[in-house]
Amino acid sequence: MSKHNDPLMIAGTALHSRLILGTAQYPNQQVMLDSLEASGSELVTMSIRRISLEGYSQSLVDLLGDRVRLLPNTSGCVTAKDAILTAELAREALDTNWVKLELIGDRETLYPDVEQLVPAADELVRKGFVVLPYCNDDPVTCQKLADVGCAAVMPLGSLIGSGRGLGNPAAIELICSRSPVPVVLDAGIGTASDAALAMELGCDAVMINTAIAKSHDPIRMAAAMKSAVEGGRLARLAGRIPKRTFAEPSSPQLGLVGT
Amino acid sequence: MTQLRVNGEAAEIAATTIAELLSERGIDPGARFLAVAVNGAVIRRAEWTASPLTAGDDVEIVRPLQGG
Repeated sequence: MSKHNDPLMIAGTALHSRLILGTAQYPNQQVMLDSLEASGSELVTMSIRRISLEGYSQSLVDLLGDRVRLLPNTSGCVTAKDAILTAELAREALDTNWVKLELIGDRETLYPDVEQLVPAADELVRKGFVVLPYCNDDPVTCQKLADVGCAAVMPLGSLIGSGRGLGNPAAIELICSRSPVPVVLDAGIGTASDAALAMELGCDAVMINTAIAKSHDPIRMAAAMKSAVEGGRLARLAGRIPKRTFAEPSSPQLGLVGT
Repeated sequence: MTQLRVNGEAAEIAATTIAELLSERGIDPGARFLAVAVNGAVIRRAEWTASPLTAGDDVEIVRPLQGG
């Protein structure tokens, strides 16, 4: 089965990679670009920040070119008002109506502020945005976000940048089993097995930044994550065997020597 | 001179439009991937040469950067 027969559909757009890549924290821009190449990702996140008043330098967007779709985020925003304005600025700057909506409720944990998140998502959907919200690993929150028209939900595996993997795999699996929109595991991935597990549990994609950018060899880790996401997706589609309490011999039991 | 805020800092400018403000700050108004908001509302690029700036305005000038 070719992976090209299994695209991820978000808001009617087909993505042939199920890995969404963050572009921050790389040792340098060339390593980021090479890692992007190795990851096979077709969707990358960017932030929107005040321009340096000392002048304007070449934009990262120029380097990313036309080969990837850009997903601006509202990272760092703590109020719905700022997040909505950031999304609107991103739409103007990048000519895309896609936005990864982040509304942070606590600076130490970077946990989503769900109380503000749902109405902010609702307002952005009404303004014509394709909204992908970073959210709690909570089926009710995910359902509410889908109900207001989000194009996907992005529950956290564990805290942003923590590399602790999936803290509550049962919750992620539950969200995946009930979500009417694609589920993108966001935050907390530490290494390839975490990404594979997310896909095995039924996630439609994973979003990774720190685990690749801050690894010893980002380009190699990007390739590892690509393989992990593809492997996890194939395993999910193939259907894993049920877990058993006791051993089940794999070799035939008839004709054993000496019996 | 007009007193207003640019990216959160008090500023005194001679510019009377967004395009002039960008030029005054050494930013090419024709540069791609810029966005500007005044008093919490995005001003489309097409309006940068006409949209007037007045005293007390709160101007945000942004661009995309790396992000996660």
